[in-house]
Amino acid sequence: MTDKQHITIKGVKEGLVFLLDDACDFSALLEELRYKLEKSHQQVLTGPLIHVHVKLGARLCSEEQKEAILDIIRNQGNLLVQSIEAEKLKELEPETDSGNLKLMTGVIRSGQTVVHDGNLLLIGDVNPGGTLRCSGDIYVLGALRGMAHAGELGREDAIIAASLLRPTQLRIAEVISRPPDEWVSTDAAMEFAYLHEAQMQIDKISQLYRFRKDPIVFKGV
Amino acid sequence: MGEAIVVTSGKGGVGKTTTSANLGTALALTGKKVCMVDTDIGLRNLDVVMGLENRIIYDLVDVAEGRCRLNQALVKDKRFDELYMLPAAQTKDKHDVTPEQVRDIVLELKKDYDYVIIDCPAGIEQGFRNAVAGADRAIVITTPENAAVRDADRVIGLLEQSQLTAKLVINRIRPGMIKSGEMLDIDEICQVLAVDLLGIVPDDEKVIKAANTGEPTVMDPSSRAAIAYRNIARRILGDMVPLMPLDEKSGVFKRFRRFLGIG
Repeated sequence: MTDKQHITIKGVKEGLVFLLDDACDFSALLEELRYKLEKSHQQVLTGPLIHVHVKLGARLCSEEQKEAILDIIRNQGNLLVQSIEAEKLKELEPETDSGNLKLMTGVIRSGQTVVHDGNLLLIGDVNPGGTLRCSGDIYVLGALRGMAHAGELGREDAIIAASLLRPTQLRIAEVISRPPDEWVSTDAAMEFAYLHEAQMQIDKISQLYRFRKDPIVFKGV
Repeated sequence: MGEAIVVTSGKGGVGKTTTSANLGTALALTGKKVCMVDTDIGLRNLDVVMGLENRIIYDLVDVAEGRCRLNQALVKDKRFDELYMLPAAQTKDKHDVTPEQVRDIVLELKKDYDYVIIDCPAGIEQGFRNAVAGADRAIVITTPENAAVRDADRVIGLLEQSQLTAKLVINRIRPGMIKSGEMLDIDEICQVLAVDLLGIVPDDEKVIKAANTGEPTVMDPSSRAAIAYRNIARRILGDMVPLMPLDEKSGVFKRFRRFLGIG
């Protein structure tokens, strides 16, 4: 038995959940699983039929590796594996809000490009011919007159917000929008651009909370 | 030790050479010792605008390559004793001098002159880098046109990269067109470019006439552009001069014409 526990077995209403550590060596994981089932957890294995859900965490497992895990569990007669799943896309949608927010101050002038992995807050203007490219959201505390590309790596839930939204072009994920051919903003209020059914939409910043998973909710009086 | 000011714009034809010639002359007019340097090698113009074309013996490239001493290449102005010009070569091109050579020449000139005005070629390539190399500060010229403002923005960005603060001059303004909304207005341009405004120059036919006769506009105080250039020169010297009122002035002018019975 190794000194660190790589496998946690939890009892839930539907049966058992096997939480497998996603950082350790795969062979060590198999060994521990075998040990737990055969030696240390005899009591769970003697009862009636139990449904089992296996959670792999962020580990990327091949089909053979999954099969190896299933084999060990199936060897115990009363365990029935219902599902085996990994947390897919964990890398693609981390830090929705404050994570990796970069703060910049200055004017992005014609011919200048800023590239950032994450979300970007620019205090200053983006002039025509200037470019902002970001894997996450773009917030401009100033006038956006140049080009902005949010969710560059494919995040369609990325947004572009600016105090003054007068871009030469907007891009979110794969969608390219060309104002004023496609939309005209006459409002001087702060606005943001987002994707709705693969179409670029513009709305007032006060409507942003509708697109966010966890807006602030005030409770009580 | 004097100060070197580069006059640049990115876009061509917005009035770099005209501005250089007029600012140089206006500064000389206030009694300063001024040298103008034309770095537009291959397409030199400053000598023509100043009316000094026929006095050129050596040029910038000759100095850079050591064919003559710096003082031999300087051309003295016909109007002022303390105004000189270093002409560009017409038979070479921008790649025949390096930014280091220009920097050394400008440094040498700064020892003897209060102001060194560097006339920059259009574009952002070698010629631009040459012109900017020795400068202490920069004047960016633009006109109230989108294309010129875009290029000015690009150039300001490049100047910032070389740690030069740029001040803006908006040239060829037509108050009537701004009023009717056909031309970008001054506030709009300043908002986009986000640099200090050094001056505005109204569009004036006398400037074209003056350039063709080789007599800088500033010499003619009846021209509104001349007053604008003199104001800019005073701001360079550190005076607080209010911006020229575009409408009011024409109002006075109209009233004067009405007084004479022709308006």
